[in-house]
Amino acid sequence: MTHTTQVPHRRPVPGHSGAAPTAPSGTRRRPSSQQWAAWAFLAPVTLYLVLFYAYPLYRNLDLSLRNYTVRSFVQGDAPFTGLANYRTVFDDPTFAPALLHTVVFTAVCLAFQYVIGLALAVFFNQHFRLSATLRALFLVPWLLPLIVSASTWSWMLNSESGIVNAALHAVGIGPVNWLTSPSWSLTSVIIANIWIGVPFNLVVLYSGLQSIPAGLYEAAALDGAGPWRRFWSITFPLLRPVSAITLLLGLVYTLKVFDIIWIMTKGGPADSSTTFATWSYQLGFGNLLPAFGPGAAVGNLLVIAALVFGLVYVRVQRKQESS
Amino acid sequence: MNSFSRRRRLTAAALTALAVATSATACGSGSGGTGTQAADNDTYTIWDPYPQFAKGSAWVKLLDACGTEAGVKIKRTGFDTSDLANKTLLAAQQGNSPDVLIVDNPVVSTLAEAGVLTTTDDNKLDTSKVDPNLLAAGQSGGKTYGTPIGANTLALYYNKAVLKQAGVDISSVKDWETLTAALAKVKQAGKKGITFSAIGTEEGSFQFLPWLWGSGAKLTELDSPAAVSALSLWKDWLDKGYAPNSVLNNTQTTSWQEFATGDYAFSENGTWQLANAEKAGFDYGVIPVPGADGGSAAAPTGGEFVTLPVQDSTDRYATTQKIATCLTSTQNLYDTDTTLSYVAPTTEVQDKQVAGNPGLQPWVDAVKAAKGRTSDDLGTKYPKISEQMWKAVQSALSGSKSPKDALTAAQSAAK
Repeated sequence: MTHTTQVPHRRPVPGHSGAAPTAPSGTRRRPSSQQWAAWAFLAPVTLYLVLFYAYPLYRNLDLSLRNYTVRSFVQGDAPFTGLANYRTVFDDPTFAPALLHTVVFTAVCLAFQYVIGLALAVFFNQHFRLSATLRALFLVPWLLPLIVSASTWSWMLNSESGIVNAALHAVGIGPVNWLTSPSWSLTSVIIANIWIGVPFNLVVLYSGLQSIPAGLYEAAALDGAGPWRRFWSITFPLLRPVSAITLLLGLVYTLKVFDIIWIMTKGGPADSSTTFATWSYQLGFGNLLPAFGPGAAVGNLLVIAALVFGLVYVRVQRKQESS
Repeated sequence: MNSFSRRRRLTAAALTALAVATSATACGSGSGGTGTQAADNDTYTIWDPYPQFAKGSAWVKLLDACGTEAGVKIKRTGFDTSDLANKTLLAAQQGNSPDVLIVDNPVVSTLAEAGVLTTTDDNKLDTSKVDPNLLAAGQSGGKTYGTPIGANTLALYYNKAVLKQAGVDISSVKDWETLTAALAKVKQAGKKGITFSAIGTEEGSFQFLPWLWGSGAKLTELDSPAAVSALSLWKDWLDKGYAPNSVLNNTQTTSWQEFATGDYAFSENGTWQLANAEKAGFDYGVIPVPGADGGSAAAPTGGEFVTLPVQDSTDRYATTQKIATCLTSTQNLYDTDTTLSYVAPTTEVQDKQVAGNPGLQPWVDAVKAAKGRTSDDLGTKYPKISEQMWKAVQSALSGSKSPKDALTAAQSAAK
């Protein structure tokens, strides 16, 4: 909670300087009113943050610390039970697999998205003919609504009538139960998510490449550095800050991926593709009798995970700056 | 400067965490402004799970007509059926429940448990004409919480051409053994056997229930040998290729699409597919789901209940009761159930339906033999059992556990 309330208080610097040019329109005469103006300019964003960020987060925390039944949810008199919901979640047989799947899903997706995205960004940076058109085409997965791409993947990977199995059959490989076998379902959703995530990496890394001065490459080429050497000695190090932010944002997006998994496998079969995000939904909404408390507890674990990685990022960044 | 940018980055980290928080939890931040409430005394709100009916459809016209008859205006919102229970709970929490709520029958006992619904003692709704087996789904603890607007259930559709080609006489299919034998013949003839939905949601449980009940097992004893035999039957079909592996991911709609290709001999599906069956372009028939040793298995009842949620101002009930009575009057039930492809909940209207369309007779019989999921006073225990049951079905069919282990685990988790 503390970090949310800090947000508005930390903004005075831009708010203050932002207030100065607008001051002539009314309240410049007394210095204290300038302060008031600054606060007035802050008010909308503060209100927005409190209403749409701090309050839901507080509610979620509250939900996870109380024993909600459907009755007490409606009447609002759920007893405070401390960490009981978290204990329920930790003791649940789904916990260990869900944790493992979340880690594997996030790590594998991030690695592939980043590598493929970087490779494509370097490739398109060559400015050959049609490169702009092709690059635009690569954005398609990003532009499609998730329900469309996830449903399409789910049709393509259907074990009976899917095009993927038909293609495998054509080259003499037996059918794979992509979505209905416990050993394949996680792989299937990972593949679909990589496909969806590559364009984001491509775009951000490509724009990072634009900011590397061409002179460096020319100089390196004159010194006899081959393409491989130029990539490792110029592109990669100079792209590091952009890479870091790409990976952090990618991590946050991937941690909370829900739609693709839910549409393709519902986390199944037998929890084999359940991540924290789908588990949280399953607990809170996937049953006729919702378990809001444990659902909120799982959601909070996700928040904490994202916060931890956010801090790791800040740390790494600071080290880079000081070195 | 350095400390400032550091702070900004801390803020950024906190904000990204918040972004995850708000998108991962979705709770808390209440429902939109579709609420109702007494500000307007002449407007009554109705929520239903039929978003497919737009303004101008017969259903919406009927709602308006019933409102006019009661002397009030109607504000109607159609929700996705899986959304409706949570929407209702949130609305009740904020004290703006709709006046009339039409909701899927297994949800009724949950909402009743939450104290969201009035009983028929309070709202004076007349349920005397309704078939008792259908009404049971809306009863818990000796009280009745609404009246069904229509019912549906499951049976086996079969493709006459495929069976003929395989040399199967449908009258020979009487129990599980003969059904499996028929599937074997169909497969030998190069066609596909049977398709159903075993997806990991309530739909999967709904489809498994006729087999569970047909084996003689009870929902309260998921690990009984009878229950294991039911799950083993399905598992066996998958192993032998009589049923496609895709059933694990099939909703009832996708399972129907498989049947509609004309390759499948059987499909376990519901009353609501009748209209599509007519369009499928091949001759079909319907038999009840057979019991393990012959006879018909009890299938679960589907369909919605008209319920009257609790209001702050109790003087609204009189008018609400008029609207609900109008919606469930004989003529209106007939019209609504014809539109929805449902079987009516009263004998009087059922007779009228069969007179109009003799093809409905097997469905009327099936509905009369059907059983509510929350019946036997299971009430809110049903959702827990059901979740474990669909998980067990998924574990067994996907091969991660044997049917016996899967059901044993389910039974201990459902307790």
